[in-house]
Amino acid sequence: MDKGVLGRRAVLATSFGATLAAPLVARSQPAGSPVRIGFSIAQTGTLAAGGRPSLLARQLWMHDVNARGGLLGRPVELVFYDDQTSAATSPAIYAKLLDVDRVDLLVGPYGTPVQAPIMPMARQRGKLLFGNFSFRANEEMRYDRYFNIAPFGATPDAWPGAFVRLAHRRGLKRLAIMVADAEGTVTLGAGARETARSLGMEVVYDQRYPFNTTEFSSVLRAVRSARPEAVYVGSFPNETAGIVRSVAEIGVGSSVQLFGGGMVGLQFAPLLESLGDAVNGLVNFQTYVPERTMEFPGIREFIDRYAVAAKAGGVDVLGFYLAPFNYAMGQVLEAAVKAVGSLEDEALSRHMKSAEFETVVGKIAFGPTGEWRDPRMVQVQFQGVRGTDVEQYRQAGRQVIVEPPELVSGELRMPFERARR
Amino acid sequence: MDLELLIDALVAGLLLGGFYGALSLGLAIAFGLLDVPHIAHPAFALLGAYGAVLMQGWFGLDPVLSGLILALPFYALGVAVYSFYHTTFERRGTDAGLRGLAFFFGVAFVAEVILILLFGIDQRGVRAPYIGRALVLGEFRLPWRMLVASGVALAIAGAMALWLSRTYVGRAVQAVAQDATALSLLGADPVRVKRIGFGIATASVALSGALLVVVGPVEPGLARIYIGKVFAIVVLAGLGSVGGTVLAALLLGVIESVMLSSPVASWTPAVAFGLLLAVLGLRPQGLFGR
Repeated sequence: MDKGVLGRRAVLATSFGATLAAPLVARSQPAGSPVRIGFSIAQTGTLAAGGRPSLLARQLWMHDVNARGGLLGRPVELVFYDDQTSAATSPAIYAKLLDVDRVDLLVGPYGTPVQAPIMPMARQRGKLLFGNFSFRANEEMRYDRYFNIAPFGATPDAWPGAFVRLAHRRGLKRLAIMVADAEGTVTLGAGARETARSLGMEVVYDQRYPFNTTEFSSVLRAVRSARPEAVYVGSFPNETAGIVRSVAEIGVGSSVQLFGGGMVGLQFAPLLESLGDAVNGLVNFQTYVPERTMEFPGIREFIDRYAVAAKAGGVDVLGFYLAPFNYAMGQVLEAAVKAVGSLEDEALSRHMKSAEFETVVGKIAFGPTGEWRDPRMVQVQFQGVRGTDVEQYRQAGRQVIVEPPELVSGELRMPFERARR
Repeated sequence: MDLELLIDALVAGLLLGGFYGALSLGLAIAFGLLDVPHIAHPAFALLGAYGAVLMQGWFGLDPVLSGLILALPFYALGVAVYSFYHTTFERRGTDAGLRGLAFFFGVAFVAEVILILLFGIDQRGVRAPYIGRALVLGEFRLPWRMLVASGVALAIAGAMALWLSRTYVGRAVQAVAQDATALSLLGADPVRVKRIGFGIATASVALSGALLVVVGPVEPGLARIYIGKVFAIVVLAGLGSVGGTVLAALLLGVIESVMLSSPVASWTPAVAFGLLLAVLGLRPQGLFGR
């Protein structure tokens, strides 16, 4: 492994990037004037568990593209800072990336709240902005040079709606919605509500709990008393851990057939390790899992390479949720620059709007707002999880795809209390 | 809200409040009695939590037992931190409070960075027979981890109350809170008394930190969530009242729990802190302060 590219030092150093106010530059084969790709990325704070795998995947891509001769014959260089998962930090970082570091290409921060303040700046400067898993960040602005690598899709129900559609297809009529009172999860709740209404489902419980709630017994008791058949949960990692634990302790009642939907954290190895088999029965969103219906060219090889680098770097060893997509982001940029023959933002944007890209996560085409033209969020059910060893998640059958129908890889188990056992 | 749900919420609130009480008791001594603006208190609790994680990894120890064992090194840590704070800030004069605030903010920040360097940013948890299980009483299911947290909180509160009322040093700590000059005229050294008091407060944090990781997984930034809550409890109680701190914590826990069970769950922090403002407006010395 090239220590300069993937070394633990580089990853650890990013924790202090914002503090030291100095760019952390990962170099490979420096020759000529490099193509500089700038971004902030959460290495600390609430979303760091996703930021670190994202960074590692981009570094893998940088290593690969430089081995192939770089972009336009120039080496690629990543210039990045830790935004601490803070919306207050990211605007200053991007101003620095543009005015001091003078990066050629701009990639957005990880997470919707951190991404949102960057949008006006990118538009003002006319820069192409490649978003990293922001949810509907361009819905209001409709900036024509914005793209999102996440397979969320443009409509509000594309992500949260999958869970509700699954419930509806199974004949469930009574839906409970409990989400954290924070930007991303409130949007998820709105999507779930909208989908439920359009399908004629009754929303019997609809509450926002305070962000960073640690103890969920009371919330779950209230949910249980509403006797829902499906419970849509939008939560962040700390809350997800609390919810799963409380569910194991006090239960959610015999009426509940499906539970989960939008729980952030269950995509990452550390939380899966911490929760062990308590995740069984939960139905939740994912972007990629090693099931037979998601065999894309190059994905297995990427996941294997990533696992080796992640173990060495102390990063999430599975990396299913974000890492392949962040590698794919590099593949899209690489293909676009190659096709256009320049780094000019307008030309690149025009090409990305019209082309289709072959990546490790399959074919990607972008729609009018820069979201995936054909959304592909999946709902998986945890089944047969034993103990805390996360290596078991590399086998098919642990995260069984239950939605959308064209990607289903196994049987959905219901009701929830039985599926948990 | 039906009656059964309300009773559920009240019981869950008492358990949650017990846990909050365990987290706040050390601060009731450090801030309430010793007048040290210890905003690094939750960060110290987090160090205790990670200590419990390490002790389980190394020796397979129960987290509560680890908390008890860690109380001794935490006492030494408290003595060292107070000595430094006194020498550098407290004895220098009138603006010591504000500068002390900055000092403890820095300590909290350094503690967080150390945890990130040692453990990374991922969540860490512990295993114990009482985690993930519930005591079933008819229709009621009470999480054992919360029962343990509440029980330990009561034990800490009882031990602290006894120490403050029955021991020479404990009474001296209460005296230094009232009039340090008068205490020194009686031949006692207020700085020494405060050093011991701060050490005891920090020792209790080791145990409450262990409860933190019993209640849920921890990550290096978790302390920030609890800063406002523990200060609110100590101020609501009336500075320095141990019994009052427990009662204020139970009150906050019940309010939070009932609000979370209600149709306006997102208003929980506003109602809890609104109560604090109302109490301070009507009774500035706090609910149980003199």
